[in-house]
Amino acid sequence: MSAVVNAQAVVKRFGRVAAVDRVSVAIRPAETVVLWGPNGAGKTTLLRCLLGVIPFDGAIEVCGHDVRRDGKGARQVIGYVPQEIRLPGHQTVRETVVFIARLRRASPRVALDGLAAWDLARCAGQRVQALSGGMKQRLALALALIGDPPVLLLDEPTSSLDLAARRELLERLGRWQADGKTLIICSHHAAEARRLADRVVVLERGRVAQDAAPEALGAYLDGDGGSTGREG
Amino acid sequence: MDATAVFLIAHKEFRDLWRSRWFAVMAAAFAALSLGLSALGTAVVGLTGVAGFARTTASLLNLVMLIVPLMGLIMGAMSLAAEREHGTLLALLAQPVTAGDVLLGKWAGLAAALAAAVTGGFAVSALAIARAGGAAGLRDYLALAGLTVGLGWAHVALGLWISAGSRRSAPALGLAIFLWMVIVLVGDLGVMGTAVVLQLKPAQLLWLGFGNPAQVFRLAVLQAIHGDLEMLGAAGAYAASRLGPWLLPSLLGALAVWIAAPLGAAFALFRRRGAL
Repeated sequence: MSAVVNAQAVVKRFGRVAAVDRVSVAIRPAETVVLWGPNGAGKTTLLRCLLGVIPFDGAIEVCGHDVRRDGKGARQVIGYVPQEIRLPGHQTVRETVVFIARLRRASPRVALDGLAAWDLARCAGQRVQALSGGMKQRLALALALIGDPPVLLLDEPTSSLDLAARRELLERLGRWQADGKTLIICSHHAAEARRLADRVVVLERGRVAQDAAPEALGAYLDGDGGSTGREG
Repeated sequence: MDATAVFLIAHKEFRDLWRSRWFAVMAAAFAALSLGLSALGTAVVGLTGVAGFARTTASLLNLVMLIVPLMGLIMGAMSLAAEREHGTLLALLAQPVTAGDVLLGKWAGLAAALAAAVTGGFAVSALAIARAGGAAGLRDYLALAGLTVGLGWAHVALGLWISAGSRRSAPALGLAIFLWMVIVLVGDLGVMGTAVVLQLKPAQLLWLGFGNPAQVFRLAVLQAIHGDLEMLGAAGAYAASRLGPWLLPSLLGALAVWIAAPLGAAFALFRRRGAL
């Protein structure tokens, strides 16, 4: 089966530092890949390269769209949840949802109806800045699903959630996997990686240190990789 | 370029700007100053009452040359830089839009907001003048209003150029104010000083004027209102003889270039820089 996301020799430098250094990874449709690594390993930067929001060297294709030449086409099939939710605070939830839906050529009505699934319907008239951190996270997830994109990029999606919200999100992620969505998730939680992933790509100082089944993460952590980020 | 995306981003930018307190204050201040100039326009010669369109046009020329470039530069400079600083630019660029859609949408939204503020200021004065007297000089007044909008649009584009390369809003704001001083305050003296020191010929002096959007605006206003630039001396006479009936179109074209060229430069910089 051909790759839905195909990154070849991707390099992203900030000055003289290579945040992503010759990373190649191919992800099949409906596969869940966890990008695992300690802080500063290059996970977030790689996600931003896949999204085409920062310039990079190398080649990336998402659903057949060359990210550098047709970033717009690529982003049409990607839903993105950033690590830190930064949305225009003065807009209401409704305005934000309608704006994103129109940009994604999706139905604003359907997108607004979708707020109920995230328990956000009652907040539609509230300004985004008035929402709690957890509600903002829910809004970011709701926005990422507008237009039903087949590929979801999630950057540390559980990092700011309490235990109950984390459990709920993990259940939703399981449902999206069952629905056939391709998930690329940044995480530094080993337990989460093992639970969710079909494959774990370990990044270390911008390079792929290991690309294997989740069961292999334990062996990696027991070896030299254990010094970079051992966790549950 | 996606016209729908450009329109959506422009609409959002326009709405956000009108909701912001600083822009409302700026627009109100411009309207108050315009009204004040029309009300006090005859006070300097010992008369009271609202001045006519002709005198108000002359008074407003100097006001708009100071204020409108500053408004445009600040609006443009704060736009992308502030969004980049707050992280909201990443959320926008993560959508199916191009850098060109975002830049053009931002410019269009800011340009529309500035045009609304300028038009509002001119309209308030016009109502006061029309109530006090006739409509004599209205054509010149409208010409000034239209060219003022063009002046503002050029400076919004210059501000966006600054913003496209800035990671934070404070340095972008500082650079915008510095550029404003160069264009508006130093520009006049610089041209005069350069002309004296280098003993420039009238032709060189004219082309030097084309290198400053505020000077292009001033020349266009004078040409549109008076029909010639001879009051500017040798350079004005040269312009009239060299360009003849093409003088005003040339000046309008130069103002359009002062909108398009900074936008092009901003696009190249924005595309290279991305969301960070």
